[in-house]
Amino acid sequence: MTSPSFSPDAVRRLARLARLSVTDADVARLSRELEPILAHVRALGAVDTDGVAPTAHVSVDRLPLRPDERAEELDRELVLGEAPARAPEGFVVPAFVDEG
Amino acid sequence: MTDLLELPIATLAQKVRRGEVSAAEVAEATIAAILRDDDRLGAYLTRSFDELRARAIQLDLRRAQGEQLGPLAGVPIGVKDAFATKGVATTCASRILVGPGGRPWIPPYDAAAVTRLLAADAMIAGKCNMDEFAMGSSTENSAFFPARNPWDDSRTPGGSSGGSAVSVAAGMTPGALGSDTGGSVRQPAAFTGVVGVKPTYGRVSRYGLVAFASSLDVVSPFARDVRSAALLTEAIAGHDPRDSTSADRPVGTYVAACERPLAGLRVGVPSQYFAAGIDPDVEASVRGALDQLASRGATLVPVSLPHTEHAVAVYYVLAAAEASSNLSRFDGVRFGARVASGGLDELYERTRGQGFGAEVKRRVVLGAYVLSHGYYDAYYLQAQRVRTLIARDFDAAFVDVDVIAAPTTPTPAFKLGDKIDDPLTMYLSDVYTLPASLAGLPAMSVPVAPTPATDARPSLPVGLQLIAPAFDEEALFRAGAAVERIVSG
Repeated sequence: MTSPSFSPDAVRRLARLARLSVTDADVARLSRELEPILAHVRALGAVDTDGVAPTAHVSVDRLPLRPDERAEELDRELVLGEAPARAPEGFVVPAFVDEG
Repeated sequence: MTDLLELPIATLAQKVRRGEVSAAEVAEATIAAILRDDDRLGAYLTRSFDELRARAIQLDLRRAQGEQLGPLAGVPIGVKDAFATKGVATTCASRILVGPGGRPWIPPYDAAAVTRLLAADAMIAGKCNMDEFAMGSSTENSAFFPARNPWDDSRTPGGSSGGSAVSVAAGMTPGALGSDTGGSVRQPAAFTGVVGVKPTYGRVSRYGLVAFASSLDVVSPFARDVRSAALLTEAIAGHDPRDSTSADRPVGTYVAACERPLAGLRVGVPSQYFAAGIDPDVEASVRGALDQLASRGATLVPVSLPHTEHAVAVYYVLAAAEASSNLSRFDGVRFGARVASGGLDELYERTRGQGFGAEVKRRVVLGAYVLSHGYYDAYYLQAQRVRTLIARDFDAAFVDVDVIAAPTTPTPAFKLGDKIDDPLTMYLSDVYTLPASLAGLPAMSVPVAPTPATDARPSLPVGLQLIAPAFDEEALFRAGAAVERIVSG
């Protein structure tokens, strides 16, 4: 058997990739719960799939195209009114251009 | 008044169209039923009674002015809280869609399926409880409260569309809207003794359905009987350019298909769906219904779906991967919760860390793992290949049969709390509904004889699952109506 895929350090790294803050209790729980799930999933490796094409989507051969026309728009005030922090004409995010 | 809500949907709508009963009376009956039962059952996260009453008045006014109302005239519908409803709170049963001061997200638009229901003159009773972001099989992953099974309120109604199933099973609304990604309508339908239909992938527009696993999510109705479910399916189906996976194909005549004779129908019975672990009472009930189908003119044909055993693993890789991508939009910027802090990454991480519940975090982390460098081929791509094999199993079976019949679930409704601390066991309970989802096929759960009451448990509903070839919902409704005739004697 391989080494644990969901060691506490690995869980923290994945959570960071997923932009998800986790508490120590979260890490312990995720580590404990994900390992048996992955063990179950590993059985897929034994299925013979030589020459079998992957299915990303059923019944969708290609993405359809449509004319690039202006469609119904959402009301800006309604949309911005749902934002937890807004400026007069936009969403508010922390400054990020000069980060690391 | 409540018996109004137990009428077949077409009958209720006809009464409203003819003025034998007003939409306002139907609305008041719905409100009374919800007030009577829902504090105990937890089917609704939002009861939109003001909007329901206003809608009823509007329908009655239009009728009074001589207008002919539509096929769902005055029919109250419970809508899973995963659908955007203009002006009515939508949370997906998640705290991340609850903003500052406890104010839930109020969408500025309606989901396509909601628009179509309203265009047919239905009325929305409220927003139904669910597992957070549709991740779960028991509605216990709701961030707010679990829904309870009306047959035994110590048991789950199933999930993730548990609240919608309860609304119909308890007689609060004659129909409800859910979404079925891996069984999230068929399983709760089976657990609560109602009809749940998952149309073919692409048959109903997903516009405005909050995305969980986009290659699997299917808008799916509940009703008390097969004809009513057919009527709802006709109302919501059809092409929509706003959903790029929406199928541009003519919609069938599903209500008419319910009248087609059973004789000559070839029904495939897959041995893999009667495997170890199936509850003996569930098996007896389903086999009893199959025997009666045979005695009334259907031909039972043994079929094999050999890759069934891999469906759970395939599903949890693909659904987790798609969910981890789809849920990136919940970031504390445009809607819902925001945990303010230093930089942009901290805003994302803290908002999501506090806003998502345990099951969502589990799947987001699992999804990040199977998509990460070094594991993508081994897990994600391999799961997609096995998905192809699962779909081919069905293609091969449908050479010889018109529909496949099997149990919807291996057991009847389990107790609240039984599986919530053991996610893998919870996932494995979806084994019979996942393959049709992965293959994108239309499928339905129809109630058959309930289990006998014993010292260990009361009588509980059992669902027979029917699966048909892609875009052949007519076969599903033809067979489903036949099963229903048998069960009702």
